[in-house]
Amino acid sequence: MIIELGHFSIILALCVAVMQSGFSLEGARRNEWNMMAAGRMAALAQFVLIALAFATLVHAYVTSDFSVLNVAQNSHTDKPLLYQLSGVWGNHEGSMVLWVLILSLYGAAVSWFGNSMPPRLCARVIGVMGLIGIGFLLFILLTSNPFLRLDPAPANGEGLNPILQDPGLAFHPPFLYLGYVGNAVSFAFAVAALIEGRVDAAWARWVRPWTLASWCCLTLGISMGSWWAYYTLGWGGWWFWDPVENASLMPWLASTALIHSAIVVERRDTLKSWAVLLAILTFSLSLVGTFLVRSGVLTSVHAFALDPKRGVFILLLLLITIGGSLTLYAWRAPRLEPGGVFAPVSREGALLLNNLILASCAATVFIGTLYPLFLDAVGGPKLSVGYPFFNRTFVPLMIPLLIAIAVGPMLAWKRGDLLGALQRLWAAFAVAIVVILILFYVTSGGPVLAVLGLGLATWVGMGALVELTERLRIFRSPWRETWRRALNYPRSSYGMTIAHFGMAVTVAGLAASAFEQERIQMLHVGQEETIAGYVLRFDSIGKRDGENYTADAAEFTLLKGGQVVAELKPERRFFPLQQQTVAKTAIHTNLVSDFYLALGDPDNQGGWAVRAYWKPLVPFIWIGGVFMAFGGAVSLSDRRWRVGVAARRMVKGALPAGGGSA
Amino acid sequence: MRRVLAWGLLLALLAAPGAGAVEPGEMLSNTVLEARAQAIGKELRCLVCQNESIEDSGADLAHDLRVLLRQRLAAGDTDQQAIQYIVDRYGDFVLLKPPVEPATWVLWFSPFAILILGGAGIWLYLRRRGTGMVSGDRPLTPEEQRELDRLLHEDQ
Amino acid sequence: MNFRRAFFLLPLVLFLVLAAYFWRGLSPDYDPQTLPSAMIDKPEPVFSLATLGNSGALTTDDMKGQVVLVNFFASWCVPCREEHATLMQFARDNAVPLYGIAYKDKPADAAKFLQSLGDPYKRVGLDESGRTGIDFGVYGVPETYAIDRQGRIRWRHVGPLDANAVAKELNPLLRELGAS
Repeated sequence: MIIELGHFSIILALCVAVMQSGFSLEGARRNEWNMMAAGRMAALAQFVLIALAFATLVHAYVTSDFSVLNVAQNSHTDKPLLYQLSGVWGNHEGSMVLWVLILSLYGAAVSWFGNSMPPRLCARVIGVMGLIGIGFLLFILLTSNPFLRLDPAPANGEGLNPILQDPGLAFHPPFLYLGYVGNAVSFAFAVAALIEGRVDAAWARWVRPWTLASWCCLTLGISMGSWWAYYTLGWGGWWFWDPVENASLMPWLASTALIHSAIVVERRDTLKSWAVLLAILTFSLSLVGTFLVRSGVLTSVHAFALDPKRGVFILLLLLITIGGSLTLYAWRAPRLEPGGVFAPVSREGALLLNNLILASCAATVFIGTLYPLFLDAVGGPKLSVGYPFFNRTFVPLMIPLLIAIAVGPMLAWKRGDLLGALQRLWAAFAVAIVVILILFYVTSGGPVLAVLGLGLATWVGMGALVELTERLRIFRSPWRETWRRALNYPRSSYGMTIAHFGMAVTVAGLAASAFEQERIQMLHVGQEETIAGYVLRFDSIGKRDGENYTADAAEFTLLKGGQVVAELKPERRFFPLQQQTVAKTAIHTNLVSDFYLALGDPDNQGGWAVRAYWKPLVPFIWIGGVFMAFGGAVSLSDRRWRVGVAARRMVKGALPAGGGSA
Repeated sequence: MRRVLAWGLLLALLAAPGAGAVEPGEMLSNTVLEARAQAIGKELRCLVCQNESIEDSGADLAHDLRVLLRQRLAAGDTDQQAIQYIVDRYGDFVLLKPPVEPATWVLWFSPFAILILGGAGIWLYLRRRGTGMVSGDRPLTPEEQRELDRLLHEDQ
Repeated sequence: MNFRRAFFLLPLVLFLVLAAYFWRGLSPDYDPQTLPSAMIDKPEPVFSLATLGNSGALTTDDMKGQVVLVNFFASWCVPCREEHATLMQFARDNAVPLYGIAYKDKPADAAKFLQSLGDPYKRVGLDESGRTGIDFGVYGVPETYAIDRQGRIRWRHVGPLDANAVAKELNPLLRELGAS
């Protein structure tokens, strides 16, 4: 009964989405306030309806209602409650409901906060988001409906994949979707601007908060996913250039480029048609990612169950959404007025370089991920493109960008003084060189590239600090002056410093992975081994029962210089329902490095395979991600965009009577 | 003896990438060979997994190939010969790094080609639009426009 | 249409090309997981395996001079059970010798498997280590290979052999190779 309510709710949401688009777009065309207002109400209603539907699905999972097909296929009474809940989106159908829920949430948010936006822009944005909602709601109802019943209902379900039974499942997909789907807002803004026929600084101001919010979420989502893979998979890998990972990285790269190009549009009213194209491409990459993950075109550890019929539907959605928006772009973009000019060496130039490199990186990942398909389609040999390709192309591409990150903010708008900027960065350069020299000495004979990578990370981090120092006139003015400047310093600039610093932290963690040490050995109870200056002692091994698994639980003690540093308890869990064994690693971290321990197979003579790793700086990878997201959030909280300045600008550049577009 | 083995492994592995699923029982006692095996294994795809190397995968086939690889190296094969032995049986698909051949030129050269072409395109575009020295930022004010008209018409 | 307009059309054009590739990727005969065999047209690997029923060793030489089929199976493999009926039918209908190789299977288990489901094989080799499988390029079971008179591998089928594959691919091939 309840699930039918959810089903009905989704159908109703589809109707409301039609009304939302219809009223909004038509209302904007005719400049009729009532219609546009109705569209905004519809957006709010759509969110409520889909939230209701989602709630009924959650209810079905939590009460283990196996008469619902989706629950029967993916759940089991023995599953702990957290996984009952997060299992809702641990499968294709449920995750699609999460997708449209978040889409409708963003739509409702635009409607709610849209009072200070020009009404026709707001209406068009909501209208476009409604259209996207129609597409995906149809997809759910026609091909991926989780609200179907199963008759007769089985006594119990098929359970959730043991690897997914982890708190990571509770957080990683929601944040990822908040990122992916949030790009739809920027997309809607771009399409709205094209329909209207104008892109100006005000548009950039409206777009940036939404783009930034979804970028923050995507950054966190990807970081979480990487960390989850790290502690789950048993040998501490954290990025595999897997097609599904790539599908999340490409929108992230495009979204980062978009944030930066939106700055140029806002400040200098230029590069407008490029920013619009980028906004369209960012969401397009999100959609392409959705296609790749759910259609069976690529193989991946992460891919959902493969079904070509769904693939055809999503491809159709792609054709309409991406094809439609790019057609609109080809038609309307040439009419956008070109904006201010600038010298190649300038802040605009640096941001353009940022865009160029990020776009090249995204294109590289794209080509690498899809190359096997391309080759096969033209009748070529069957090849695989793995991580060696990406490491050799992506990494060299990023290096000029990392060098430029420190320099760009030091350049003036319109015409910058490169030499002057470099001179002012002498401190960053000096510290980086010192770090490189020290590391070369300490790790003599070790990996050279990693040392250079750490030097690069130092350059980026110090560069961000030097820039802040300069702006706040630290060391140059009395403290009172500095303090005054600091209080008035715009939050978006603080955000930039924090985010760039976060990038440096992540790069440092990535580079230091070359210094990792490992020990793989058979150990018996009571034996010790040494690794990286630590002593690891195997204390005991026993059996333990969990809610839906039995485990071999081991206990180790980690010592350094005779002192106990930590007790580690890795396990091997066997899930009888799925007949699968999953390793649970034990990690001791001091936030600067990790000691990572995994239990392997026994040799049935009392010995157990023990994999121990010392991973320096690896927590930095994710701490950097958190910094970046935090910087984005700080930037987002900058009040200049929300009311006040944007509203004033809007009045100044008010639409001429009758509207400026067809 | 175990200590010597442990230290030897430590030294060898400082330079080698980490191995994910290799079992202690599979590892060669010759640390140089073991390091080579791990390095090569990291470049070979586990065919029954999704996107893992044979070093990282716990699958049976991965285990068999790891053992096979170590046997070939122990028998005196060079890295290239050992890799070729496996490629002969499984095809280029087993290589995680696609070979650089005409079929993959587009793949390998496109990243830098895109960067360079994009950069060139931007450079030309900026050059054509001017650097802002000559053309003004903003249109003329009405007063300036009148002044300009007056000056222009003065000559006539 | 001037150059500038064409430039703005480029993203759309590129996308349509991409969509075409995606369409191709969705077609049922594109399977990203199935590998073509690297051993096609190469000589059958040399091997010598113990056999079930102790009828002496099964070697490559035993198969020379005639068109044969080699089927890799295992008792622990679920799809192998599916294809077994097809193999039994094939053995009844054709004179082409069908050899089986039990891949990474204990002899007792393989014997039980054949006892309960029937034995379509002329002889069954035991590849407990899986090394012969690797030599053939086997990456999973079941897999079936067709070998011509000169001892070259000419065809591989990955996954359970169904009646469709037998009719559409295997029988025409056997006729072409000159089998009876």
